[in-house]
Amino acid sequence: MSHDEQVRDIDSAKGISGDRIFKMITLGFAFSIILILLLITVGMAVESIPTLKLFGWKFITGSDWDAVQGQFGALPYIWGSIVSSLLAILIATPLSVGTALFITEIAPGKLGGAIASLVELLAAIPSVIYGLWGILVMAPWLQHTVEPFLSDHFGFLPFFRGAPYGVGMLAAVFIIMIMIIPIITSITKEVLLAVPRSQKEAAVALGATRWETIRMAVLPYGRSGILGAVVLGLGRAIGETMAVTMVIGNTPQISLSLLAPAYTMPSVIANEFAEASSKLHSAALMEIGLILLVITLIINITARVLIWGVTRQRTSGGQI
Amino acid sequence: MFKQMRNTIAAMLAVCSMAGVANAEILINGAGATFPYPIYSKWFSEYAKIDPSVKFNYQSIGSGGGIKQITEQTVDFGASDKFLTDDQLKAAPGKLVHIPTVMGAVVVTYNVPGVKTGLKLTADDIAGIYLGKITTWNDPKIAAINPGVNLPAKPIIVVHRSDGSGTTAIFTDYLSNVSPEWKDKVGMGTSVKWPAGLGGKGNEGVAGQVKNTAYSVGYVELAYAFGNKLPYATLKNRDGHFVEPSIKSTTAAAAGAAKHMPSDYRISLVNQPGKDAYPIAGFTWLLVYEHPKDAVKGKKMVEFLRWELKKGQKLAAPLLYAPLPHNVVKMVEKTIAGIK
Repeated sequence: MSHDEQVRDIDSAKGISGDRIFKMITLGFAFSIILILLLITVGMAVESIPTLKLFGWKFITGSDWDAVQGQFGALPYIWGSIVSSLLAILIATPLSVGTALFITEIAPGKLGGAIASLVELLAAIPSVIYGLWGILVMAPWLQHTVEPFLSDHFGFLPFFRGAPYGVGMLAAVFIIMIMIIPIITSITKEVLLAVPRSQKEAAVALGATRWETIRMAVLPYGRSGILGAVVLGLGRAIGETMAVTMVIGNTPQISLSLLAPAYTMPSVIANEFAEASSKLHSAALMEIGLILLVITLIINITARVLIWGVTRQRTSGGQI
Repeated sequence: MFKQMRNTIAAMLAVCSMAGVANAEILINGAGATFPYPIYSKWFSEYAKIDPSVKFNYQSIGSGGGIKQITEQTVDFGASDKFLTDDQLKAAPGKLVHIPTVMGAVVVTYNVPGVKTGLKLTADDIAGIYLGKITTWNDPKIAAINPGVNLPAKPIIVVHRSDGSGTTAIFTDYLSNVSPEWKDKVGMGTSVKWPAGLGGKGNEGVAGQVKNTAYSVGYVELAYAFGNKLPYATLKNRDGHFVEPSIKSTTAAAAGAAKHMPSDYRISLVNQPGKDAYPIAGFTWLLVYEHPKDAVKGKKMVEFLRWELKKGQKLAAPLLYAPLPHNVVKMVEKTIAGIK
């Protein structure tokens, strides 16, 4: 019997009423979260019955989206959401972990603090501001500078073909990346700060350089925490609506090219829901919401499993 | 210091009690289209000076939401940029009346270096561009009607609205009206399956995209185009004249339609006859029940509508909405008399 279980047993044996009430209240809170999630899921499922019945799996595999003709296939939106989020995470993760490492391990105290608060400031900017900046500043820059360069030099790859519009998949990836960097950075920073000093000192005592200390003592210790930070970032990335809608070009197509305009699931809901007057159209948008929920759930579960795997692999070291 | 605080609190209480009095007034709730929101809120605030006993609360949630809410009777009036279909009318628990309030127009804007505002375009040109068939600016079809304009041999970048909107409904209504191919392939709606181009969110998204992208073309509301001084195309109307988008030419479109105006006002104003009629125009409507559930509110609503037709129309033009022409105002007055 572990120490934790013993403590729990003592609590229940005594049956102090105050503790019991507290337990019930917290239990109530915990269950209300589950209940809300369930209600949302059921609500969306009920609302999307018309399209669930009419299209079945074709809703996910089809790519024809025509509100006038009543044809709905969501594949381009699913593709756009997944590709833009994954690419953004791929770029944002090393940047964020690097920034967090600099703040905690390398920068002198005051500079680290200043950078950390600046990064956190980024998280406080509303997404519509990112979107406006995206259209007015970033998109023209991508269109006139970055995209012509990419298509001139890397045009032999299918990823950089096509006319430079400025808005498109690349712009969406950039915007999402900027928006999730502060989240991943600040959580990673907290994780790294929790690394015991003794761990680092031991590495240094063995003659490790700074890089070796980080590689052998700091990063392995924070692995599961960093992974958790990345998952939170991914959650934000896939659900980001406003800023992405403003810069992605809103064209439901599946293209390998990063320069081509695309579309995401939250964007189509935000764009079309207010004026969706036919029942089938609003049901289709509801079903997209449902798919988004399921995808987010899958991501979170996968991440949980990954984190468990990582934690179990470790023989020593405390939980984070 | 304490005295000051007490005064402040007293003042706050006074404000609260005044708000309490305000709640005792008749509150009329409405929801719907975003396009007429600026003129409606102007009307409601002006009308509050004339009849302080009634207060309007208007939520601009979009035409689709407005139709839904008036059908479910969660609001006292709805507002829409698109008239209801027969099926939608049948879904309502009572008889819904369409009241046209003002008109809007859709402007074709573009960004072609070296070409000034006022480029001439025909209905065929616009349909061809949006179908993806006319792909370069120096296409012979465009060049033929624009002698002396130096049109570049550059591909046309097409921009459209990505969000469902009344502007798109009017624009696609026009394209369906002038091009059988568009009607067949795409049709009309608040959001359609675009054969070509990029989507921008809102008027500002389309305008921003056009402004940033050389050789692009897009469509925005008249009020937005004028307010932001965007270049616009002059369009060939049904009678063969090239007409500039303006408040006057938009009103002319409704005047042209007055002769065959149906009694329920469910009519599209695109491509109407008339020398000065601008071809891409549309009504925006208020939706009320012919027999309102709450008789007192219904009476107040009718009083407001009467005022709106007489005095309210004059407030439209400064906000860049086109007022109803006289013959239509006369018709609507009769319709309002039937609401009780």
